[in-house]
Amino acid sequence: MSFTVYVPCDASALSLGAESVAMAIAEESARRGVDVTVVRNGSRGLFWLEPLVEVVTPAGRVAYGPVQAEDVSTLFDADFLHAGEHALALGPTESIEYLKSQQRLTFERVGVIDPRSIDDYLAHGGYRGLDAALRMSSADIVQAVTASGLRGRGGAAFPTGIKWKTCLDAVSTQKYIACNADEGDSGTYADRMIMEGDPFVLIEGMTIAGIATGATHGYIYLRVEYPHAYRALLAAIAAAEANGYLGENVRGSGKAFHLEVRLGGGAYICGEETSMLESLEGKRGQVRVKPPLPAIHGLFGRPTVINNVITFASVPTILDKGAEYYRDYGSGRSRGTLPIQLAGNLKRPGLVERAFGLTLRELIEGYGGGTASGRPVRAVQVGGPLGAYIPASQLDAPIDYEGFAAIGGMLGHGGVVVFDDTVNMAAQARYAMEFCAIESCGKCTPCRIGSTRGVEVIDRLLAGNNAQRQREEVLLRDLCDTMVAGSLCALGGMAPFPVLSALDHFHEDFAGSSEPVA
Amino acid sequence: MKRAVNGSTLPEIPEAIRNVVLDVTGRLKEMPGALLPVLHGIQDALGYVPEDAVPLIARELNLSRADVHGVISFYHYFRQKPAGRHVIQLCRAESCQAMGAVTLEKHVKQRLGVDFHQTTSDGQYTLEPVYCLGNCACSPALMIDGELKGRVTPERFDALVAAEAP
Repeated sequence: MSFTVYVPCDASALSLGAESVAMAIAEESARRGVDVTVVRNGSRGLFWLEPLVEVVTPAGRVAYGPVQAEDVSTLFDADFLHAGEHALALGPTESIEYLKSQQRLTFERVGVIDPRSIDDYLAHGGYRGLDAALRMSSADIVQAVTASGLRGRGGAAFPTGIKWKTCLDAVSTQKYIACNADEGDSGTYADRMIMEGDPFVLIEGMTIAGIATGATHGYIYLRVEYPHAYRALLAAIAAAEANGYLGENVRGSGKAFHLEVRLGGGAYICGEETSMLESLEGKRGQVRVKPPLPAIHGLFGRPTVINNVITFASVPTILDKGAEYYRDYGSGRSRGTLPIQLAGNLKRPGLVERAFGLTLRELIEGYGGGTASGRPVRAVQVGGPLGAYIPASQLDAPIDYEGFAAIGGMLGHGGVVVFDDTVNMAAQARYAMEFCAIESCGKCTPCRIGSTRGVEVIDRLLAGNNAQRQREEVLLRDLCDTMVAGSLCALGGMAPFPVLSALDHFHEDFAGSSEPVA
Repeated sequence: MKRAVNGSTLPEIPEAIRNVVLDVTGRLKEMPGALLPVLHGIQDALGYVPEDAVPLIARELNLSRADVHGVISFYHYFRQKPAGRHVIQLCRAESCQAMGAVTLEKHVKQRLGVDFHQTTSDGQYTLEPVYCLGNCACSPALMIDGELKGRVTPERFDALVAAEAP
């Protein structure tokens, strides 16, 4: 009898020892003379349980975790291949509450399939979206994306269909599709999970975008910090080419779409779309002035659709199951689902894909299980290093674009970083300015100079006496105002948000060390 | 980017570096926007992009030396001096901060006896800061020679260093 065991090859699982677990299972099964096939899947996103080992049984997949290499022989002793009892046993994977309560559309296959196998992708509904798109006119594809209500998942939340229509209507002999995979926000890893766990869905989404807008060449701009994703994408693109899903004649349609991965150079700013275009052109990643919009004048001066990984990965479902199916999820003007990434100080960090509308509290206390340290939550940063710090008193804010804007926050790419009560918010504010100074592209003065001055003002504020502190705070707020209003892009324009929110909600932390406030 | 004619003579550079540069540029220079792929190719082969190689890269890609230098210096990832045998990239971003990255950073610097962007005197380790490795659910994180590590405590770091020791 032969058995199939899944051990993730996701970078996070590997960072916790998944490779040695996979090797130990292969060795132990050989030693015991049992026929075990180890399949390397993506991660289910339950990171406190990684490395999560799954066994295929007649009753479905059952999970064990977190498994270390030294646990493997005891798993065999407990007959885990027949779902035997063990201290690490978690029962049927799909019944784990964290997973069961989710609404996984974009992440439907992540952790389920072998990301290296196009056959596995096809067997799980892959490429049905592209097949549907190839039977439609360009305008109808764009209309379906517009009707789904999908908004850019990279952070700016711009309606995807409108962007595509602008590119479709632009007249040019060459158009491009560019995928922004420069996932630089701390607390985010959804793009990485897709690229490592289900790379074909990104390729399919980009191919659909190409067919819809008449673009024949696509680039994935991937951050260099993601070597595992890089290898997964290269393998998937090669497989898609070999099977006729990419190339001169996609699925015999007569339409061409070529795809290439380009690596970044560790610059956060290259996640800004125009800076990314400069980088793809082989230049310093300096922000461009908009307009002209990239959809009209983008990569190499040609019309270019730029979307985030999750945005592209959401498209195949929309084309396959219809715009209404997707639109029926969500609330208000935020339609569909959002893959939220729980990170920082949490007992159960992980990926939660749910329709818009649940609250931060449900996420942090329900899914996240509170802090890992067991101490009270003090601050939550949503949307990466440029997102405001939200105090524990505002955790009932609903997760949707408008609801979040109402409390001065932004959802961004959906990263949620939780801090306990040991955090020093003045240090966090200083870090926000320091980060902006390190990562500024240098093109505009408010960002380039303002961030450096910001660090200095905060240092003086913290070192000063009461009167000096008040003076420096006025200066700091004024500086923030200049940066928000005068910067060319979101880096300088939003770096003040964490600073101002720390000042507003956690003012006691700025009391300075010379005269501690009781 | 401004097209420039590099008529000036090139400085002498070691044969090995010259061969790598010509091999990489020969393969990649026809790509649109070839400079980043070329720099990656050179750094993959040599571990760094030698300053002396800039004029040759510029000539092969028909760019000015300033263009090439400007790009190399813009991106944190490209280095112009050789690194130590192992490169440790330590995450400084918020999620890792929330899980003790500041303490870990102090420990790592003390243990290795270097600051960020420095190499240990025995040439074993180069320490670099990094702003997110996408391992935020397993913070704090670091990467050593491209291998990602999660939930790194000072003790776990010491064990990693001990395991990597020659």
